[in-house]
Amino acid sequence: MEKQIILNKRHIDLTLKRLCYQLIESHNDFSNAIIIGLQPRGIHVVTRLKKQLEEILGKEVICGNLDITFYRDDFRRREKPLIPSATNIDFVIEGKNIIIVDDVLFTGRTIRAGLDALLAFGRPARVELLAFIDRRFNRDLPIQADYIGKTVDTLSEERVSVEWSETEGEDKVILFTPDSNE
Amino acid sequence: MNNLSVEHLTGIKDLTPADIELILNTAETFKQVINRPIKKVPSLRDITIANLFFENSTRTRLSFELAEKRLSADVVNFSAASSSVKKGETLIDTVNNILSMKVDLVVMRHPNPGAAKFLSERVDARVINAGDGTHEHPTQALLDAFSIREQLGTLEGKKVVIVGDILHSRVALSNIYCLQKMGAEVMVCGPTTLIPKYISALGVKVEHNLRRALEWCDVANMLRIQLERQDIKFFPSLREYSMQFGLDKQLLDSLNKRIIVMHPGPINRGVEITSDVADSDQSIILQQVENGVAVRMACIYLLASKIGR
Repeated sequence: MEKQIILNKRHIDLTLKRLCYQLIESHNDFSNAIIIGLQPRGIHVVTRLKKQLEEILGKEVICGNLDITFYRDDFRRREKPLIPSATNIDFVIEGKNIIIVDDVLFTGRTIRAGLDALLAFGRPARVELLAFIDRRFNRDLPIQADYIGKTVDTLSEERVSVEWSETEGEDKVILFTPDSNE
Repeated sequence: MNNLSVEHLTGIKDLTPADIELILNTAETFKQVINRPIKKVPSLRDITIANLFFENSTRTRLSFELAEKRLSADVVNFSAASSSVKKGETLIDTVNNILSMKVDLVVMRHPNPGAAKFLSERVDARVINAGDGTHEHPTQALLDAFSIREQLGTLEGKKVVIVGDILHSRVALSNIYCLQKMGAEVMVCGPTTLIPKYISALGVKVEHNLRRALEWCDVANMLRIQLERQDIKFFPSLREYSMQFGLDKQLLDSLNKRIIVMHPGPINRGVEITSDVADSDQSIILQQVENGVAVRMACIYLLASKIGR
């Protein structure tokens, strides 16, 4: 397996900062907007965005976590059952502008499940998607992100991993390419 | 550990502590789900479940049916009173007929001990035991464990007394297995005639004085006297039973600590428990019923994920 770092800490910081300003451009002071991270990996992006947005705006930005396990379309297609993570949505999403956040946008199936899961909590005014990494060319469903950290062109057998200092010890984005003889 | 070690849920005896932990943790997420504005998830939309009740039930049957529907499974119901069982059909024939209509999972209550295990070895479907005679009632034990854990944070080291008709109770046996596997201490309390002779071989304490049992415990699980299963008289009268083993507010308030009162239902108010205890803030009887749906969703979800496509 060949490893290639495609974003390092400095790039990640710059990208997060740009995404924050893009979000502020669309949502002003976030008085009617809520950010929701998809479990398990999207929530780390949300933690970073929330911190920076609150520094820039000087006020609290409401954020939540959404678990999509029970809404997935690959139940019984896996060896082991999918074990859920926590959902924290203790606010009303009715009439709000929601920004769904995930670390990697790949086939689009997770986002499809995320939309279903989100609508179980009410009817938001508008839903947008922020993907920290967009693997274009690998989509199974017609889903595109409104805000993109970085677009990467990958083959479907490759893997992109977004790592954070909180969980893996260092901020970096790695592209894994299987060796040609594997 | 994120897979059950069993293919069917016929009894708590076959489960490992890790299995129970997995079911309880999964049930916690389902409890969140059933408290949302939309209480339904689409996980089991390609699964069909048959609820076969060869014995009367209100709570368990409704609870299973709701759990199945909230997982988006298709549900068919069957009750012995209105079926061909009365015309002499055998259990396996009845179930195989239902299975040939492409049913993936069977939830069964049956008056004969071991019926669920018998069935699980002979038919091509997952089986969940919803009570087999006086043997086991695994989902009740799991929801009791879930409710205690929710109240006390853990089961490890907690003391639970099961009071009443232990001899005829499937809830008692499943509870003993489940609580012990999760590290709790268990005592049974009741008249000598309603305590099985060799129950202490299961590692439970035996007590015949209700006050002493309540002073020992953190949780009291009050059971109903199962008159329908008693072919002889086990005690002189219900009034006498109630005086010796009934829990009333006066006794509850006289204890030097606050215990939790549980009951698997249906309650016989004024026999094993008085109305003011059943409706007091120490009683978690209605929480048990709510948790029952979440726990059954977890059991069905985890078993259904093992069904091949």
